[in-house]
Amino acid sequence: MNDVAKASFIERAATATPAPVARVVKGLSDRAIAWLFISPTIILLLAINIFPLVWTIQLSFTNYRANRPNAEVKNIGIDHFQSILTDPDVWAAMQATAHFVFWTILIQTILGFALAYLVDRRFRGHGFWTTVILIPMMLSPAVVGNFWAFLYQPQIGLFNYVISFFTGLDPSSFEMIGSVKLAPWAIVLVDTWMWTPYVMLICLAGLRSIPEYIYEAAEVDRASKWRQFWTITLPMALPFIMLAVLFRGIENFKMFDLVNLLTNGGPGSTTEVASITLKREAFEKWRTGYSSAFAIILFVTVFGLANIYVKALNKVKSR
Amino acid sequence: MSRGISHAHSIVEPGPLSRNIAGIIVIVYAVVALVPLAWIFLTSIKTPPDSISYPPKVIFDPSLEGYCNLFTTRSRQTAEYLETLAPPSGLCEKIARDRNMVIVGPSNYAPRFLNSLIIAFGSTALSVLLGTAAAYGFSRFKVPLKDDLLFFILSTRMMPPIAVAIPIFLMYRELGLSDTKLGMILLYTAVNVSLAVWLLKGFIDEIPREYEEAAMIDGYTRLQAFFRVVLPQATTGIVATAIFCLIFAWNEYAFAVLLTSGEAQTAPPFIPTIIGEGGQDWPAVAAGTTLFLVPILVFTVLLRKQLLRGITFGAVRK
Repeated sequence: MNDVAKASFIERAATATPAPVARVVKGLSDRAIAWLFISPTIILLLAINIFPLVWTIQLSFTNYRANRPNAEVKNIGIDHFQSILTDPDVWAAMQATAHFVFWTILIQTILGFALAYLVDRRFRGHGFWTTVILIPMMLSPAVVGNFWAFLYQPQIGLFNYVISFFTGLDPSSFEMIGSVKLAPWAIVLVDTWMWTPYVMLICLAGLRSIPEYIYEAAEVDRASKWRQFWTITLPMALPFIMLAVLFRGIENFKMFDLVNLLTNGGPGSTTEVASITLKREAFEKWRTGYSSAFAIILFVTVFGLANIYVKALNKVKSR
Repeated sequence: MSRGISHAHSIVEPGPLSRNIAGIIVIVYAVVALVPLAWIFLTSIKTPPDSISYPPKVIFDPSLEGYCNLFTTRSRQTAEYLETLAPPSGLCEKIARDRNMVIVGPSNYAPRFLNSLIIAFGSTALSVLLGTAAAYGFSRFKVPLKDDLLFFILSTRMMPPIAVAIPIFLMYRELGLSDTKLGMILLYTAVNVSLAVWLLKGFIDEIPREYEEAAMIDGYTRLQAFFRVVLPQATTGIVATAIFCLIFAWNEYAFAVLLTSGEAQTAPPFIPTIIGEGGQDWPAVAAGTTLFLVPILVFTVLLRKQLLRGITFGAVRK
């Protein structure tokens, strides 16, 4: 690509009239600059994102195991894909992921939008409190998630104590991360605590993008606040809400750190989301070929869903 | 955000009552959300017995034992042996003696923390450099397949980190980049640069082209116009982008836990492995967590304006 740019640069230098030539030679042609500026990023992404992806695809058709680099590698076709798609454990992992993604997004969107709406009332000190609310999302999910395991301890944890204080339940009678029923909600709660601020910020941007004069016109027409909310605020903020849902959806589909440290997929495999299964297959059982195939299935799923979603988003935007 | 325009007499301004109610709800939420963080700090200045007492203690004698344990490794000794030793010299040594221990050396926390600093700042600098250049390229020039390239750059973020880690693990093993700081810097840069390009393109798109064109008519070359006209205008955007890259690299766990174990290990995979006798040493874990979170807390408060602008970029129009 650089050669093409160079060629055109020489071509332009040769054909230009004398006066601008000096400038073009001194300053490179626009096309040369464009490629000079863009290509390092593209090269880095090719080396660290695309090449590994291609390698993953190739490995997914083999029985390669990373802990046995000298063993003979056999091409086994689509065997891995077949066994993954018919494996009940994989479907259980997909269900755990779906549960996690669905509930985190639902709760965070409602909570985040509500908070944004309230912050947009511009009460005294709203800037300061917005910053305070932001803090959890800035922190490391792994480091903080690890500490939530302490808060969730049945006898000594603060969370159980607070719940028992308000409900009268015995604090050692329930285990947030030790019980099959509660563990999926334990991770939903921590993720919501961390990421509601993010949804709030994007919604806030949406609310602030609505021009004042629309509300003024609505006031002149004597539309009620309730009606203004449903006919102006919500529809006009919808593209932003959908964007927040997209970002959170992609992130939580890939969820690893928080779950790995809070429950590590347990108890049993109740909270074993897709990334945890992938980690077990790839870095504990060392089934590199199998896990590569699983990785590709996950990537295609998230890529496909995101594409469909972006189409819907664009429709809403262009309305 | 819409500074300069007065809303004082606007008819759509919310009334004082709805304003105050909104304020109270938001403040209650913020305070509740801060409780876990306050608890991390309180735990870090408790003694191990205080940290696991029931009911949880809010009032206690503060102790530096957590911080001492975080930075040292200790070994248990018999009382007879301890009596033969000279009196303890420092505070941490004294705390250790009270628990029938002696300090045998520094822990790995400080080097892991330093690794976090090097890798986070290194990858941020590189991401912003590459991202600014690419964003300008995409913003101002006709690039063939521009939309496809931009989408390709974004789509690299959709890969689950574990999926990327499998081939990266193999590739780094071949190249000798396993467990090296350079390897982690390159990897984090690759992850961050896509975000950097998209964020910065938004910022640069907003800078009117007329500025550069005017400069170029005045005799600036394109590159000079970029450095002297566009870059100063894009400072806010660059700072905002740098903050995001820094926060991501500082907090990253999945790649770090799978691809590093010693030399290049960062703090996030290290902190959960801090254990005392008989399980996790929660005050030490809390101390490590507190120290790790403080830089980000300071950042968030100092640079909140850029942060807000970064997250809501492009959305705020006059």
